[in-house]
Amino acid sequence: MPLKSPDELEQLRTKILEERKAQGEKKGIVLCTGTGCRGAGASEVFDAFKKALGKKSAIEFKSTCCHGFCERGPITIVEPLGIFYQGVTPADVPQIIAETVTKGQVIEKLLYRDPATGQTIPTEKAIPFYTKQNRLVFGNNRHLDPTRIEDYMAMGGYKALVKALFHMSPEEVIEEIKRSGLRGRGGGGFPAGRKWESCRKAHGDIKYVICNCDEGDPGAYMDRSLMEGNPHSVLEGMLIGAYAIGSSEGYVYVRNEYPLAVKNVGIAIEQATKMGLLGKDILGSGFDFSLVINKGGGAFVAGESSALMASIEGYVAEPRAKHIHMTESGLWERPTNLNNVETWANVPVIIEKGADWYASIGTQGSKGTKIFSLVGKINNTGLIEVPMGMTLREIVYDIGGGIPGGKRFKAVQTGGPSGGCIPESLLDLPVDFDELTKAGSMMGSGGMIVMDESTCMVDVAKYFMHFLKDESCGKCTSCRDGTLRMYEVLDAITKGKGKEGDIEFLEEIGWMTAEASLCALGGSAANPVLSTIRYFRDEYEAHISAKRCPAGVCTELITFTIDPKACIACGKCRKGCPTEAITGEKKVPHKIVQAKCIKCGTCREVCPSDAVKVA
Amino acid sequence: MSHKKELIKFQIDGLTVEAEKGQMLLPAALEYGFEIPHLCYHEAVSPYGACRLCLVEVTKGGRTMMTTSCNYPVDAGLDVATNTENVQRARQMILELLLARAPHSEKIRAMARDAGVEETRFRVIEDADDCILCGLCERVCREVVGANALTFVNRGDRREVAPPFGDPIACIACGACVYVCPTDCIKMKEEGDERTIVRWKRTLKMQPCQSCGKPFAPVFQLNWIIERAQLPKDFYALCPVCRKTKKG
Repeated sequence: MPLKSPDELEQLRTKILEERKAQGEKKGIVLCTGTGCRGAGASEVFDAFKKALGKKSAIEFKSTCCHGFCERGPITIVEPLGIFYQGVTPADVPQIIAETVTKGQVIEKLLYRDPATGQTIPTEKAIPFYTKQNRLVFGNNRHLDPTRIEDYMAMGGYKALVKALFHMSPEEVIEEIKRSGLRGRGGGGFPAGRKWESCRKAHGDIKYVICNCDEGDPGAYMDRSLMEGNPHSVLEGMLIGAYAIGSSEGYVYVRNEYPLAVKNVGIAIEQATKMGLLGKDILGSGFDFSLVINKGGGAFVAGESSALMASIEGYVAEPRAKHIHMTESGLWERPTNLNNVETWANVPVIIEKGADWYASIGTQGSKGTKIFSLVGKINNTGLIEVPMGMTLREIVYDIGGGIPGGKRFKAVQTGGPSGGCIPESLLDLPVDFDELTKAGSMMGSGGMIVMDESTCMVDVAKYFMHFLKDESCGKCTSCRDGTLRMYEVLDAITKGKGKEGDIEFLEEIGWMTAEASLCALGGSAANPVLSTIRYFRDEYEAHISAKRCPAGVCTELITFTIDPKACIACGKCRKGCPTEAITGEKKVPHKIVQAKCIKCGTCREVCPSDAVKVA
Repeated sequence: MSHKKELIKFQIDGLTVEAEKGQMLLPAALEYGFEIPHLCYHEAVSPYGACRLCLVEVTKGGRTMMTTSCNYPVDAGLDVATNTENVQRARQMILELLLARAPHSEKIRAMARDAGVEETRFRVIEDADDCILCGLCERVCREVVGANALTFVNRGDRREVAPPFGDPIACIACGACVYVCPTDCIKMKEEGDERTIVRWKRTLKMQPCQSCGKPFAPVFQLNWIIERAQLPKDFYALCPVCRKTKKG
């Protein structure tokens, strides 16, 4: 039965909470079955728990989506003590139930071990990865079964919607969002309140709101995890936005490569509709709003707002000129307000806790928190949520746990494929929209790829140019051919065919690509090249002049040799070599036959005595 | 029904000009005789902004930006500069890129020479067929002819214009694409009673004129027009020449 008033909603919430209270502090197991943990085998662990617990178990078993610490998945938390187990396998399940759940005993081997101290840490709360975070938006994932609206209700869900619908005018909602300083989390960083305001003021019989869940950056999955793990928070944000703008129809554009996100947001829409939180006359307020899911076809450029709208309209995802703003003439030429998943999910928090409280977090120009996907050469891979303005150093070392294998930090690439690389000298940079732009990179949607000394920056630029030349929509000559030609020049440089003047040539193509292209993809496409030239020019020069790759990555510029003094003649490299290029016997130092070597690096990886040298 | 056109005043290279509200910058500038190179613009179809040659610098509200003029709507008080140093620099690079895509196009060679570009520093694309992906053929086919026989396929550097799913079944071989193509990369030939649009691999039988017997247009095309315009079935019995002489 649909809820007809805010009172009915509160009654339902009270009922849910009382039922839970009556059950007392229940022993429980929380298992992350988000996409990351599933990749690590969480589905099998889920089945094992289900089987072991049976149907009538007194133990509450909850499957949630992403908690963020993906490096350690599958993650299991035993309540009420909050014992944190990592890398759980189906074989561990009986022991977890018998010892931890039943007797409260901790299983040492499943605990997280702090690489810095070597000590095990029994509870989630005490793990350094979590302690420095401020998980305003992302934190609820850990407590929610995303397929149960009751879980969201129990945590105060849809309270902000009631506040907006019944205690605030649309203008007041917009004013609150403006005062909060919320900026779009999708890449552009445009002030959300101002966008809403111009859409509200635009003339149109129908207005649309859109949620952009077309996250396409390699290595970034913030929006996926929010959509999978807490879809109702996104819906609530959209409802509030639609009310403020005067829209009654909305779209969730989610890429089809995110099957779990598609599924969970579908379930959430269905549940919200059944409860009367979507549809006609929501909670008796007179406000109507309905949502449709549009599955994306997988082009990176479809995440660009005008291309996304073209895609919804059934056309190829191709950006169009925005001399007339989307808020005036967007989807089907009607006023349209598009924000990404994370932006929408921030809205209920702001409405509930107030703009002043929200604006107290962050920096002068960037308020609130930001979710980043911290990946690459970093110990604690995963999703983190930190207040704006935290330094890169804190993110990489305190939360990320530093670089694996004691290697040296080299750079962090932020902002997705068309972001830039920030060097070690800027590790104390406070991370916010404006500082990242000043450093020649950008916030983008929040990707952070950490690179260590074994990363070649020319190779990195080449990788991103390859991605962009494939993913440019191909319309503008400047972007399509600019990215292709930058890739060609970089490819030549990494193969020892670089020429004097190539760096300047790259700068010239990059400038033109950025200045002459239509959309933001072209406008930022040169960043990987220009930022690596800016901070790592010496590496480019080494490739071009000395035909040398300082990081030992570009295969055509390096030679592998075995240091006979360091070689312990164990034979591991000889066995591992795929082309049988290594000769040697027991007690005789090994040698690499250069003519046969394909420079795959296997010998260096397997060598226990660090005897394989690259030059 | 004549309602007054709203005229807007703005500046191009220091000259005050007027244009109708809603008009784009490029046609307005061309009307006044400003020379702005362009390839993907054609007055018969909607502006697209693909070739990026018609770049200008526009100053509006104190902010200057480089933009294509073909799809930039005129606005009161704009200050437009058509040939700044930045515009020239970007245009030269774009011409180099286009030269590598369309090495045989005399039109692009001439444009490049005018811009001071003698040759391209880029590798000429293998089997370069001179298509610069301006999309005029696709637009004229969709917007003017209405046959929708062409589409863009793929993205990035693999992008091309082709009949949907590689099948030219909707092509009426009218030749509009041949006519608008700025690099002459779409060729049409007529042999005997057959017309072929070479690029789309579309060959259609032509209808002979009932009077002179000469084949004059594809049967498929004539039937397509008759059906869409609801004309009498024998409307195209005569070729254009005989029709004129007969009537005259």
